[in-house]
Amino acid sequence: MKRTAPLLIAATVGFIIIVSTFIPYTESWGEDSMIWFDILAAVAFVLGGGNLLKMNLKKVSERRPGWAYSAIIIAAFLITLTVGLLKVGTHPNEVFWNKPWSGDYIGEGSALWWIYEYLIYPLTSTMFAMLAFYIASAAFRAFRAKNMEASLLLGTAFIVLLGRTYAAIILTGWLPELAHDAEPSFFGQLWNGLRLEKLTETIMGVFNLAGSRAINIGIALGIASTSLKVLLGIDRSYLGTGED
Amino acid sequence: MRTARLRSLAIAAACWLGAIDVLAQDSTQPPEPPAPPSELQVRDRPSDNGQALLISWAASADDAPDGSPRVLEYWIFRRELGQAEWGEKILDSPAGTTAKTDDQKIKVGTQYEYRIVAVGVNEGVSEPAELLGGVGSVRQWFNVQKAWFGILLVVICGAVVYFIEAARGGKDLKVRKIAGLEAVDEAVGRATELGRSVLFINGIQDINDIQTIAGLTVLGNVARRTAEYDATLEVPTSRSLVMTTARETVQAAYLSAGRPDAYNENNIYYLTDEQFGFVASVTGRMVREKYAACFYMGAFYAESLILAETGNSIGAIQVAGTAMPSQLPFFVAACDYTLIGEEFFAASAYLSGEPHQMGSLKGQDFGKVVGAVLLLLGCGAATLASMAGSSDGALASLAAYIRDYILGSKGLFP
Amino acid sequence: MYEFLKTLDRRWVFLLMFLAVATPILLKVTFPEKPSAMVMDVFNAIENLPEGSKVLMAWDFDPASRGELEPMASAFTRHCAEKKLKMYYMALWPLAVPMIQDSIRILEREYPHLEYGKDYMNLGYKPGNEGVIKVVITNIRKLYTTDHYGTGVETIPMMNGVTSVQAMDLIVNVSAGDPGTKQWVQYVATPFKKRMVAGATGVQAPQLYPYIPEQLIGLLGAIKAAAEYEQAVINGYPHLAKIATAKEGLRRMGPQLVGHVLIVLLIILANVIYFIGRRRGDSR
Repeated sequence: MKRTAPLLIAATVGFIIIVSTFIPYTESWGEDSMIWFDILAAVAFVLGGGNLLKMNLKKVSERRPGWAYSAIIIAAFLITLTVGLLKVGTHPNEVFWNKPWSGDYIGEGSALWWIYEYLIYPLTSTMFAMLAFYIASAAFRAFRAKNMEASLLLGTAFIVLLGRTYAAIILTGWLPELAHDAEPSFFGQLWNGLRLEKLTETIMGVFNLAGSRAINIGIALGIASTSLKVLLGIDRSYLGTGED
Repeated sequence: MRTARLRSLAIAAACWLGAIDVLAQDSTQPPEPPAPPSELQVRDRPSDNGQALLISWAASADDAPDGSPRVLEYWIFRRELGQAEWGEKILDSPAGTTAKTDDQKIKVGTQYEYRIVAVGVNEGVSEPAELLGGVGSVRQWFNVQKAWFGILLVVICGAVVYFIEAARGGKDLKVRKIAGLEAVDEAVGRATELGRSVLFINGIQDINDIQTIAGLTVLGNVARRTAEYDATLEVPTSRSLVMTTARETVQAAYLSAGRPDAYNENNIYYLTDEQFGFVASVTGRMVREKYAACFYMGAFYAESLILAETGNSIGAIQVAGTAMPSQLPFFVAACDYTLIGEEFFAASAYLSGEPHQMGSLKGQDFGKVVGAVLLLLGCGAATLASMAGSSDGALASLAAYIRDYILGSKGLFP
Repeated sequence: MYEFLKTLDRRWVFLLMFLAVATPILLKVTFPEKPSAMVMDVFNAIENLPEGSKVLMAWDFDPASRGELEPMASAFTRHCAEKKLKMYYMALWPLAVPMIQDSIRILEREYPHLEYGKDYMNLGYKPGNEGVIKVVITNIRKLYTTDHYGTGVETIPMMNGVTSVQAMDLIVNVSAGDPGTKQWVQYVATPFKKRMVAGATGVQAPQLYPYIPEQLIGLLGAIKAAAEYEQAVINGYPHLAKIATAKEGLRRMGPQLVGHVLIVLLIILANVIYFIGRRRGDSR
């Protein structure tokens, strides 16, 4: 029963969504089932938050290695939760001047805005910016002209890397550009096509696009097949085992 | 010199006359209303639940795209058949656009009459164009526009089911070796030898993403191996629902491996939904715990490279699987093995080794054949038609049919 | 030297990258940009709309990708404001709300004659990812009964007659992932034949090229395209050249150039080390 119920729910909702694609009368059923998921996911926040608190409180109380990090997590979690739930607004409020902290709770100057502007924004930006460093180190380590295919990949990477910057103009800007209104001659097209920014466009728009489409077709078929197996209950491994 | 002076005088005179003209217009009477729109047509929107009527009209003669149109917008009014009053406008549409809109605030089975007016400067309203006699929406029971999509769905899913049944019936099906999945044993074995933990990250999307489900099927198999080898498995998640499902998956895997005592639910924990908050926490733990093996199976975004590079820096053996094409290059560069797209979805069938699951892979191959045939037919027909220079011959029609009907949404027949 | 380079600590690479990015920022190095054909397609899609057309501004990115996407979001906002289009902002990402507020601040500061509720409005964030798109395309009021500030949408003048996203003349989406451009194309632009342009991160852009030109009129991929689009908007509305923040994308092309050149040099260096090692018979 513990496994049959989820399978039944998955199958029913899945088939409702498929049917709602083809039968206009059932369109809203598909929408409703997706809203149910949102409600479930929202309730699950409580579960996740509870687990986060439990795990980190345990770590702090047992003074396990790295417990100070857990303490920071608990403090950050509780402060943000309190500020958000109590809707602590800006102060003073121009309309209700005698009610403290009752202004706009998400506008400039509010507690949530401070958390966003001075914590979340710089922290997430820092993490994203680290990609620049990791890309450099990964490229330094992984790109080797070991064989023909790798060499082609390397050459393509150089063209795209340079073609996406002003380096393209510096290096190949001297090649004649095709005039908009002129009837393009063979050589005109050739020279124009050899400009790095044009080569980049060709690589991205032709070779990369063709490869992407092939991978996407495979992925789409994989998704269809996996979804069907889940809906029909053939693949139950996500529930642990094949048994009920 | 003289010519220039004469020209200046002429310009000044023209400006003066123009100003007088403008003043005369402003001071005498309100601006004349624009010419009315015409040919108001209202029809049922096809392939819907009767929610909307399509309204189209011919633009007012004053709705000229010359930069100084006298029509600013069109106002549309509606009344139920039999009513006398038009009431407030129900829709407005800016001038100069496609001269059509949808009325979506209607009831199925009710007949309506429509009126449209062009509105100019200072809300000068034109004579109306009307559609009297009543028009109503009809509820369609099948979305004909998606007929071909339905046929392709039935054919491909039918092939998957057929091959699954054939495999159940004993048909021998072979699948090529997937190095990334063969490496699961090696990675878990190495973690056991080194006495370090195994890290499994199930992507950062919720349980409604099929990649998360596919990742969970791999997690079940990895968990069975860690249970057998007595290695520690850690699964941080970025979604609460994924955490609960992953706990079920791992617990069942430990049970089926005969090691329910080794299961520790605290090793499967929720961190945060926030993408980079999650990454910061996980990479911090990676550096401190020095995992021997890292698995990344699911939907990943920009964090893929941060995770894989950190894993590489601690010397972990890394296996990734994702259907996010944009992240595949990063995983390929930084991981030891990468399951690319469909290989990732094949993992469940491959690892389970169950013949009926293998059948689904054969069904996928059939889908590829269908796709390839359509591609060859479409591209071939379009190319030949272009070479022949005909835009309305049989080949061009075939290419157009494939594009607009089979792959598009124009329905079943032209 | 060979041994040092062969076992080069990645922190040296990090240091070089830091210098490559920081130097042009500090020296304020900029380069001229010429809008490409694709960028001009995006520009013309907005430029050719008549005054008063409705444009859905779907901002689906967060602070992490703000550096890459904010310049194009700002340029879209300025272009639509110059064209006097009606702008409807909405977000599928919770952290995209401040991004919308950034765009609205541009309107308040640089276009004070535009009025909230008449010329632009903020529908705000709704949870549900692509589920939100599927609902708003048929009935916007099922999810959005109020705007971001709690004002009933019935009382907002520019919501008059807007019952669904189908009422929009153009969809402008700036996205850093899912839900984002892919979902807007799949659930709105394709089935409902809505005109759409988009801006995406460099990593996401290749996945969206297959949608051009049928489902997407054009796409701005990464900061390079953002800089070109800024240039196109400045070419069309030269008075914007005086506003420093209207050239953020152009300003960021300096670090991009030096960073890319550094990566190319690093790859060449790594290959030189590799070939020397191979000639010497090193195992790796």
